[in-house]
Amino acid sequence: MIIVKDITKRYARAVAVDHISFSVAKGQIVGFLGPNGAGKTTTMRILTCFLSPSGGSASVAGFDILEQPFEVKKRIGYLPETPPLYLEMETVEYLRFVGKLKGLAGAELEKRIDYVCERCFVADVKNKLLGKLSKGYRQRVGLAQAIIHNPDVLILDEPTAGLDPKQINETRDLIKGLAGDHTIILSTHILPEVEQTCEQVLIINKGKLVATDSVRNLQARTRDAESLLLEVGGRDGQPDALLVQQKLEAIPGVSRVLPGDRKDSGLVFEVQSLKGQLVRGDLARAVVAAGWDLCELSPAGRSLEEIFLQLTGSEAVAEEKPPADELQP
Amino acid sequence: MRNTWTICAKELRSYFVSPIAYLLLTMFGLIFGFFFWNALGYFVIEGMEMQMRGQTFPMSINEQIIRPLLSNVSVVGLFFIPMISMRLFAEEKRSGTIELLATSPVHDVEIVLGKWLAAVILYSCLLLFTALNFAFLFRYGHPDWKPLAVGYLGLLLQAGTLLALGTFISTLTKNQIIAGAATFAVCLLLWVLEWTSGYESATWAHVLAYFSVVTHFESFAKGVIDSKDVIYYLSGIFLGLFFTARSMESMRWRS
Repeated sequence: MIIVKDITKRYARAVAVDHISFSVAKGQIVGFLGPNGAGKTTTMRILTCFLSPSGGSASVAGFDILEQPFEVKKRIGYLPETPPLYLEMETVEYLRFVGKLKGLAGAELEKRIDYVCERCFVADVKNKLLGKLSKGYRQRVGLAQAIIHNPDVLILDEPTAGLDPKQINETRDLIKGLAGDHTIILSTHILPEVEQTCEQVLIINKGKLVATDSVRNLQARTRDAESLLLEVGGRDGQPDALLVQQKLEAIPGVSRVLPGDRKDSGLVFEVQSLKGQLVRGDLARAVVAAGWDLCELSPAGRSLEEIFLQLTGSEAVAEEKPPADELQP
Repeated sequence: MRNTWTICAKELRSYFVSPIAYLLLTMFGLIFGFFFWNALGYFVIEGMEMQMRGQTFPMSINEQIIRPLLSNVSVVGLFFIPMISMRLFAEEKRSGTIELLATSPVHDVEIVLGKWLAAVILYSCLLLFTALNFAFLFRYGHPDWKPLAVGYLGLLLQAGTLLALGTFISTLTKNQIIAGAATFAVCLLLWVLEWTSGYESATWAHVLAYFSVVTHFESFAKGVIDSKDVIYYLSGIFLGLFFTARSMESMRWRS
């Protein structure tokens, strides 16, 4: 559905997008991930024919963005970072204007307006001025505007930015519901969003594509060692941390034991083992044999966040994470 | 063509739901009303004086009221045109709605024409106010309507030219104030260019004077359609709109 080949965008002083190539199959949801200023918006603007690339080519729904931009525009729905709303218009009026621009008319147009209002949950603000709507509603009207002509491809630039958690969930569900009929590219710098909504991820950093894969493969690919979370408790008071650590390290297959937090119920360790070595059973037996309680044993799957940091080589996000203690109730 | 009309209707709507249109209409109505009142008063006094002196010099409403008033409108228009055209593209660029227009299946030319047309229609609404005043002349006198119609045609052509330039200037910036001020400067300059012909008879002075929008209006005010003036205005409109379309296209490259 979307094929991008060696797209480059140079500005006067900087290269915003540097030889990016990828392709998206029909009906997929693809997450476009990257820190701020990585070139996500520029790439999307090129795909929507808002900007012209300095080099390379791309095609959307079988039409070249440089040769046949008119055909491409007919088949694309685009929600820019700030929803492009005319604040002095009412919701219905605005959707009617956009619908006409996209080539709809008459009964067909009115039917689509009703449909997108239902679909994007803006039916209750149909006759309100856009300028009076809250941020969440504005975002949803922006989304309604993007799907009004039932485009093959949807390009959404940070569709959940600035929404509250409930609205974020609603918007994500909405986007998921739209997949299948539409091919969707959405950009975000919020990682869980990609994990929850997207099938495929494109990670971009400083204008370069650093990874393209499905979410699951990405998690697996960067995981060179298996890592387990183990919580050990004692019957009378806490067991000695050093002693437990030594015991665990002695188990064959275990490569590293990192002491974690101290909880009321016991001590937490992160146990890393080499890939393919199944050490869970040995761990459990060793703990029980030593007379301690095994309170918890769970796989510590690496989150996309860590993968992302590893790939983009930045530490900034990690520092912002609150310490684990504060997360305990 | 359908898209042009869609965009034109949207622009007209935003003029009339915001105070801009009403402010301009009120200001223009007041200023022109004052001009009209003065011109009429002067005409009446002069007529009475002539009668007292026993002269029977023919007086003409067309020559003595309508013509100077139309010339006044052509100059006052220079001040109103920046206020009409400044927001056309600058506002869309600031609010980001330009992304919607530029990514919709609409040709740049249709967008440009639609916006310019809306501006010309708003200016025509201003001219309607002058027609209200002139209607009184027809009620109590017998002016010839043809020179008046030609005068209006000239005013529309002149406004069309300046609005096209204003639209172009509006595509260059996100800031409406800058667009308005620059358009105003261009309008003023195009007005005063004719002054050179007053003291200098060299070719360059004539060329400069030829570029002045106001000189080309003089024959229209007299009720004469001169192809030279029509071509001047039409080429001005074409040039302005052409630059606007090119400027829109260049946005894709510069961002």
